[in-house]
Amino acid sequence: MLWIAVASGKGGTGKTTVAVNLALAIEEDVQFLDCDVEGANAHIFLRPQINSVRPVGVLSPRIDIDRCNGCGKCADACRFSALVKVKNRIKVIPNLCHGCGGCQLVCPTGALVLESRRVGAVSEGFAGEMAFASGELDVGQALSVPIIRELKALAGGRDHTIIDCPPGTSCPVVEAVQGCDRCLMVTEPTPFGLHDLKIMTKVLDRMGIPAAIIINRDRGPYRPLEEFCERSGIPVLLRIPFDRRIAELYSRGEVLVDNYPGFRESMVQLFEEVRA
Amino acid sequence: MSMPLRQVVVLSGKGGTGKTTMTAGFACYAGKQVIADCDVDASNLSLLLQGEVRSSTPFIGGLKAWIDPDRCSRCGKCEEHCRFSAIKDLKVDSMACEGCGVCHIVCPSGAVELSEAVSGDIFVRDTPYGTVVDADMLPGEPNSGKLAARVRAVAREEAMLQGASLVLVDGPPGTGCPVISSITGTDLAIIVTEPTVSGGHDLSRVVDLADHFGIPCAIIINKHDLNPAQSEDIERECARREITIVGRLPFDELVGEAIINGQPLPVYAPGSPAEIALRDTWENIMALLDRTPPGGLVRLKGL
Ligand code: SF4
Ligand code: SF4
Repeated sequence: MLWIAVASGKGGTGKTTVAVNLALAIEEDVQFLDCDVEGANAHIFLRPQINSVRPVGVLSPRIDIDRCNGCGKCADACRFSALVKVKNRIKVIPNLCHGCGGCQLVCPTGALVLESRRVGAVSEGFAGEMAFASGELDVGQALSVPIIRELKALAGGRDHTIIDCPPGTSCPVVEAVQGCDRCLMVTEPTPFGLHDLKIMTKVLDRMGIPAAIIINRDRGPYRPLEEFCERSGIPVLLRIPFDRRIAELYSRGEVLVDNYPGFRESMVQLFEEVRA
Repeated sequence: MSMPLRQVVVLSGKGGTGKTTMTAGFACYAGKQVIADCDVDASNLSLLLQGEVRSSTPFIGGLKAWIDPDRCSRCGKCEEHCRFSAIKDLKVDSMACEGCGVCHIVCPSGAVELSEAVSGDIFVRDTPYGTVVDADMLPGEPNSGKLAARVRAVAREEAMLQGASLVLVDGPPGTGCPVISSITGTDLAIIVTEPTVSGGHDLSRVVDLADHFGIPCAIIINKHDLNPAQSEDIERECARREITIVGRLPFDELVGEAIINGQPLPVYAPGSPAEIALRDTWENIMALLDRTPPGGLVRLKGL
């Protein structure tokens, strides 16, 4: 049973393309988790049938004004400035709240109640035989980690789990790759791609997750990237050529394993190497 | 009378649509401005604009807990109360710790110490295209939203000091906390998209976000000739929502070459098809900004 994360420091390098096509090429039972909750796109390619959608909430405080004596202890305890004392009233700024519950612990009158506040949703269903789930952060909400956590709780229900990660290198990515057996970093041979790949490598290093590199839009060796791969000793498992046909298939929301000659074989081989 | 300081943010729901390339190009056309690279997870702007670091300041993102084993009575209360599962076997996992201090509140033996943690560095760079403020976040740190907000604040101070009239913000992909930090309080959001089904999907989320915060927005379609049918869909959607399209850039091999050579497009390939289109786009943006009231509370309709 393998959990494979597909990530990339830089956005738009082809992360979703690799995740989706890899998932489709694996013969055994696969579960797909789209953890790019600020821009989930895997459903465009996998076209799943969604059977359930459930809201995801985080805890944040509500203040019972009858009980609140305006002491302001909660606002002092909150390390995220999510509570402010204005005159003798406490105001909650929900977008800053991390739901830690510190305010409730210090309130002497029991005026604070932690309630669930919706930040997004998780959808579950099937794409053919494949179990599919994806998350979506509500527009205007700041915290994607709780949604990713909810998705990750589903991991492991099948032979293999493929996780499409958010771009970047901060907390949502950490949450998405946490606990994975291997992380495939999709990059492109440009200074941007390389810069962000280096940061992603450090994240995985810090977390102790084995990494591998996939070079997308390969148009012949880009020296600085090749040197980095050699120096770091991280294996390059696949090179996807720069080809306008691939970009066109992507733009229409078509998968490569069925439409681009040789791609299914590449993905099967990629999986064999990851598994090895 | 001094000119009011205007702020324009360049966003894209989806990563890799060409946002940074365009921001770097705009920096070449604009007069006196300060640029804030708020894509703190992946700050790439300085790879194109280069320049010298004038100052660097560590950024304190928040607190981290530490449990002193000598004072700890092993009661386990901290572990029980931490909502981020950051304490295991009475040790704090610094990557998971959000610094809320709940463990400190509940510890009966005073064994928990909270200390300020550096989660990145903020740089001020002097480049040939104006001052750039950007940051390096320590890999995997939380608080990218706070850091992006700080980068913007430093850029604003710089702009005031220099008497610049514009802050140009390069925002991160997505719609989450660093994006919210990048967009709030700006005058105009420029959203870069590409003619793909995914691009269209993510575009509508960012437009919704701009609406949510009452920021007027305009669209650039990059590589608009890659998939004409999809481009038309985006055009129709923009017409329906009464959003101005300020630019349509063709697919141009020179754009990629400019990046490989570490130069902004107007420097590497002046007069190339994409560069000409980018210049027009900038003029459209400036004209739109002139017609946009400061503070960006009014949504522009069908200009
Ligand atoms: S739950 Fe935590 S973050 Fe939220 S308001 Fe209370 S103390 Fe602040
Ligand atoms: S500070 Fe908060 S997040 Fe960090 S270990 Fe203590 S309770 Fe957990």
